[in-house]
Amino acid sequence: MLEFRVIPRSFEYVSPSTLEQALNYLNEYGPNSKILAGGQSLIPLMKLRLASPKYVIDINHISDLDYIREDGAWLRIGALTKHHSIETSELLRHKTQIMSEAASLIGDPQVRNNGTIGGSLVHADPAADWGAVIIALGASLRMVSASGERIVNSDDFFVDSLTSAAKSNEILAEIRVPLSSRSGGSYAKLERKSGDFATVGVAAQLSLNSSGVCENAGIGLASVAATSIRARKAEAVLKGKEPTRARIEEAARAASEDSKPTDDPLRGSAEYKRAMVRVFTERALSHALSRAKNME
Amino acid sequence: MEKVSRLKHVRVRVNGKEYEDVIESRMLLAHFIRERLGMTGTHVGCDTTNCGACTIIFNGRSVKSCSMFAVQADGAEILTIEGLAKDGKLHRIQEEFWNNHGLQCGFCTPGFILQSYWFLKENPNPTEEQVRQGISGNLCRCTGYQNIVKAILEAAKTRVEVPAMM
Repeated sequence: MLEFRVIPRSFEYVSPSTLEQALNYLNEYGPNSKILAGGQSLIPLMKLRLASPKYVIDINHISDLDYIREDGAWLRIGALTKHHSIETSELLRHKTQIMSEAASLIGDPQVRNNGTIGGSLVHADPAADWGAVIIALGASLRMVSASGERIVNSDDFFVDSLTSAAKSNEILAEIRVPLSSRSGGSYAKLERKSGDFATVGVAAQLSLNSSGVCENAGIGLASVAATSIRARKAEAVLKGKEPTRARIEEAARAASEDSKPTDDPLRGSAEYKRAMVRVFTERALSHALSRAKNME
Repeated sequence: MEKVSRLKHVRVRVNGKEYEDVIESRMLLAHFIRERLGMTGTHVGCDTTNCGACTIIFNGRSVKSCSMFAVQADGAEILTIEGLAKDGKLHRIQEEFWNNHGLQCGFCTPGFILQSYWFLKENPNPTEEQVRQGISGNLCRCTGYQNIVKAILEAAKTRVEVPAMM
């Protein structure tokens, strides 16, 4: 039977059942290996032969990496947690709506049933949604290796397009999200069609003090730079001030200046994207503000 | 540490029946189901995780089987379109696709039906908008989706009337 098929290059496959085993494999195989989590980025890349690891370390049989827990002032999310579990988690719907919202806008239902937050983050696609969200939330990432562990701040995690701060012997184990009361967030995504990568994605998280002044503003942008980025000028407009309509508009203009989009024939010109950063920042901030007020 | 090899032994339960095989690690699950198990109802449309024609139920979740390796299915429980009808009787979702003319050429239909199966389990009483979101990972080039959406909404109603069917 003659048939056209897309097949990855040959590789050796291991499926450790503990994190320790996985780290030992990683130590041994290093840069010749790839961690397989949900596989919704890695497998398409391998099929196109843009990635051809010699060894694939499947971590799906490690049971203690898939969880969503509240732990004092933190939310802890296991790296192997599926987008769908985040989308439908009651805890996250109450504590960090921005995460439920972002999860529901990733790929399509089948991709969300398989794809994981950790896999998406380490893949570090600048067009992915989670990067902007963890930057807005000020999350940190627990990286483990055979020789120990370290915590990486979300601002230091995205090094370049498709390059994260994860070393070749490290596995991302957990995403830690700081919780605060009177805080609300929103993820606003412009996509050409349902399931597409973001043309522009804006994550905004606002924390208010008891008199309604913005104590903290986190704004992350997707798809408008070589990595997910923080919109610092936009945040500075709001921090320590009352988030009035005029200030939200000013912050949205500043976010547009923070962005560094490029022309692309598929999703539009840099000028268009900058204009959309302004529009979607305004939307995300407005939603974030009303949610923060509702948390009171 | 276990010895690694490009050949792997897999044991998987598909439509209630146990299968064992030795396969290359790089074999995709969709190809395994079609070529090793001979179940050609699982279609490969785009081969790029877009079209959803290869959708199956994997340990209770709908997934695109062109974007998983067959070795990942070791120990798993899979449902394909071949396993949906029972004793010669179509599943209610299949019935409603038939009743509502939810297909033309039929290539995308197995994927749509299995995605609907998962979606209705998650969301037994959906709105039309939710149905459209629920099938946004499946492409149909014939119907314009109208009758597919109708079929799924009808199947949801049938469920309320005949709860024993699922």
